[in-house]
Amino acid sequence: MVKATTCIVHLRVNGDDYAPGVPSHYTLLETLRYVIGLTGSKQGCDKGDCGACTVILDGEPHLSCITPVLAAEGREIRTVEGLAGAGRPHPLQDAFDLNGAAQCGFCTPGILCSAVALLERNDAPTRTEIREALAGNLCRCTGYTKIYDAVESAAEVLRGQSGGGTGNGE
Amino acid sequence: MSDLPRRNPALGDLPLWAESGDTAHPESATDAGDAEPGAAPGVAHPESGTASGFTLIGKPQRKVDGLAKATGKAAYTDDISLPGMLHGKILRSPHPHARILSIDASRALALEGVHAVVTGRDMPVRYGIIPWTPDEYPLCVERVRYIGDGVAAVAAVDEDTAIRALSRIRVEYDELPACLDPAEALAADGSEEHPFIHEPRREGRNGNVTKRVQLSFGEVDERMADADVVVEGEYFFEGTTHTPIEPHCAIGRYDENGRLTVWSATQVPHYLHRELASVLGLDPAIIRVVQPPVGGAFGGKSEPFDLEFCVARLSMMTGRPVKILYTREEVFYAHRGRHPFHMKYRTGVDGEGRLQAVDAEVVLDGGAYASFGLVTTYYAGQLLTAPYAMPAYRFDSTRVYTNKPACGPKRGHGSVQPRFAFEVQLDKLAEKLAMDPIELRRVNFMGGNTRTVNELRVTSNGFLECLDAVENASGWRERHRRLPPGRGLGVAGSCYISGTNYPVYPNEMPQSAIQLQVDRSGRVAVLSGASEIGQGCDSMVAYITAEELGVPLEYVRVLAGDTDFTPVDLGAYSSRITFMLGNACIDAARKLRRKVQDAVAEEWECRPGQVQMAGGWAYYTPDTGRRMPIAQAFNLAEARHGTLGATGWYNTPRDNHGDYRGGTIGASPAYSFTAHVAEVDVDVETGVVDVVRIWVAHDCGRALNPLLVEGQMEGSVYMGFAEALMEEQIFKSAAQGRAGLHNAPSLLDYRIPTSLDTPEIESLIVESIDPEGPYGAKEAGEGPLHSSIPAIANAIHDATGVRMDRLPFSAPNVWRAIQEAGGPKALGPPGRAAAPPREPARVDRVAVGVGR
Repeated sequence: MVKATTCIVHLRVNGDDYAPGVPSHYTLLETLRYVIGLTGSKQGCDKGDCGACTVILDGEPHLSCITPVLAAEGREIRTVEGLAGAGRPHPLQDAFDLNGAAQCGFCTPGILCSAVALLERNDAPTRTEIREALAGNLCRCTGYTKIYDAVESAAEVLRGQSGGGTGNGE
Repeated sequence: MSDLPRRNPALGDLPLWAESGDTAHPESATDAGDAEPGAAPGVAHPESGTASGFTLIGKPQRKVDGLAKATGKAAYTDDISLPGMLHGKILRSPHPHARILSIDASRALALEGVHAVVTGRDMPVRYGIIPWTPDEYPLCVERVRYIGDGVAAVAAVDEDTAIRALSRIRVEYDELPACLDPAEALAADGSEEHPFIHEPRREGRNGNVTKRVQLSFGEVDERMADADVVVEGEYFFEGTTHTPIEPHCAIGRYDENGRLTVWSATQVPHYLHRELASVLGLDPAIIRVVQPPVGGAFGGKSEPFDLEFCVARLSMMTGRPVKILYTREEVFYAHRGRHPFHMKYRTGVDGEGRLQAVDAEVVLDGGAYASFGLVTTYYAGQLLTAPYAMPAYRFDSTRVYTNKPACGPKRGHGSVQPRFAFEVQLDKLAEKLAMDPIELRRVNFMGGNTRTVNELRVTSNGFLECLDAVENASGWRERHRRLPPGRGLGVAGSCYISGTNYPVYPNEMPQSAIQLQVDRSGRVAVLSGASEIGQGCDSMVAYITAEELGVPLEYVRVLAGDTDFTPVDLGAYSSRITFMLGNACIDAARKLRRKVQDAVAEEWECRPGQVQMAGGWAYYTPDTGRRMPIAQAFNLAEARHGTLGATGWYNTPRDNHGDYRGGTIGASPAYSFTAHVAEVDVDVETGVVDVVRIWVAHDCGRALNPLLVEGQMEGSVYMGFAEALMEEQIFKSAAQGRAGLHNAPSLLDYRIPTSLDTPEIESLIVESIDPEGPYGAKEAGEGPLHSSIPAIANAIHDATGVRMDRLPFSAPNVWRAIQEAGGPKALGPPGRAAAPPREPARVDRVAVGVGR
């Protein structure tokens, strides 16, 4: 087999610590999917073009397929698997389901990460702001319309929760 | 995740049968005592023409796989990892056309970690998705026909090792002249300078012609000569590709019992099953094809690909599971996307704008293999004959081979390109007649329950309501030909099939089937052979099952796409699934319901027709206070009839087409209809077209779940817009350095629309309630794409006076067209000073409703 330099990498993913041995040229996406077994993040192009691999690194959306795994050491990594609470989806995930925002679902994990990062810094984004935040995530099924609907409705639910409101959508 | 909120505001609270409290009572419950046993009391039948009695159908619902997809838990093919799994890679041809002289894989096999190498000679059996045109091998045997054609495959311990092994395989080629241009391909004579890409099937024929179809209906020349206005035009539709976000992926596992399992991101597990058996020489009974959730397909995964044969063969050679995942570049080379079309149209109308004759000549650039090309060649002509009545029609359609990746079916297979040309022709005619383009379309409306000029049977037809809907929503009457220069509105219409009456290989068996089984808890399992590719077919059968058996949606489990355990469905293509599988599911559920009604009626000493099942309960319809939980009803039925299950199936009508050769192609049990209005803002200095908004109205028969229908419409509009403005599957010429090399095989360079590019889309659902569709439903997944493109072309004309007869309407192309028209200053938007639109013509309408 091809001799690659292997190293132990310390990763904190969705609050859990991992220390797998990986070939040092691996990307974060390869490590998440094929080493740790978190297959929610998807590979659509392997070149940073499609956004299906988007994860949240220290609160910002990042393309994990062009992030060397060693560059993710010591950072807070969140993937689609880390968005839900215990037995309860993130309001955005529920809104995706409710609004029919996921068709084939392959771009969905990356879009969720981009959108969650948006909602965490802006709890009332305009449609233009949503479009801009998702411009790095290609969706081939939906024409994006239902995705905007989902992000808007999730923002409303989240505002209700943080404001001690009625918790609509529950 | 059992405590997930399951509240859909549009749905209301679903009663759980185990709750003792009050539950939603079906308000529509009626005394259906006189109904046929097994008829659905309180549930509207298609013939009743009302949706009021439905519990779930017609209302927005969650999808059965919605949360799995939204939480990253849905496992696609590449998410599957098997113990001991090897990784495969395919070596691809660097030449567009060459003979393979020899392949030496010894150095690859010598590399540590390499377990097997397979070449074309290991699988020398021709196959093809259309049984009459088998012209490809899993891996090339003697000849490569495009850059990217598969030559050899390796299985190694990991992907990196497999990639390195590829570079150690030595292939000797004898290069042949490559032909990239369809006109050149047609002119080839089989000589050394101009060789045929495939050997002619009969001596004396041009081996570069996959198929030629010439059909004529009515007196074309006479009517054309008598027409008051004739418009002639030449059009070009550039090739585009599907670009699902999930690359193709397959895993093969040949196990200790001599059984082969192939997991694949395919739209056609059944056809794959057949082809694997045929090519590998295996008994189909030992092969199992599993189709995990598919991450987008759009027609691009609707036939077998090299990787599926390779993982199977490599697994048989190594005794270990083998996975191959395409790179994005390989997806572009696998292609099977939209054919480039060169088209000539002559269209004649009378002074009132009524079509008299249509004459078409079409050349399809097919790429290196036939794929579905025989069908495409027919569709290029056959599917143009609705929604407009045309008394005379002729088409001459030729598909040729070129040394490029094979074209095939992409969403709206074969009919998107001619629809573009034809709807632009109609716009030109309206201009010449100083007629409103919507009125021109109205006066040509063919009506419902009729036959097309090429003898296709059309039943429900809501096209006029589609026109009305987009006319009203877009403010057409006030704004068309009245917007400031640079801004414009365009309209177009279209129709599409809801499945094909004839399967890909001739047989009399059902096209779709469902098997139901009932658990004593009240849970119902639906076994479906259909392919969930994001369109929602697993959800669709769950809705129908819950509706018919009166169980909550949460009690329905769908197992799909596994040839060992699910009945045969032919696949997710030709917009067939809702119509066919939906009917099969209703058939199965009603058989099962009859058994339950019988048993409960015996218990209550009433007639079976007086037992209704809805919302988790069985009710006595004359006195709805009398009821039992649905599980109890199932248990009574199981005690009376034995283990509860039912199969249901659907087969197509076979008599609704012409008796001529090819008359079966294009025949469908029902047709959907669409109208678009597009609004554009054109920068005449730069040629940049901004599509501001698209209104789309689509007659889907009945929207079983309007949310999913809208999703299909929006996705279609997006994909049509993308082809109109941005996408080009094109290849370099010899002068550009490397003949046949894909121009831009990446998602950065092959531009598909982002959220910032995509226009606002407004979906308007039209329901014509088809007499044969499930609850009246027809297709929604492909039809709404067609008219997107000509509507944009016509809007550009309204904005600038410039005709765009070639795709795409990219800035350079539009800029050039503007320059050819004399530059920005010479532009005069058309018809601004023209007479006001005419009064609407009187037309007969079918009774349909417009929703949302």
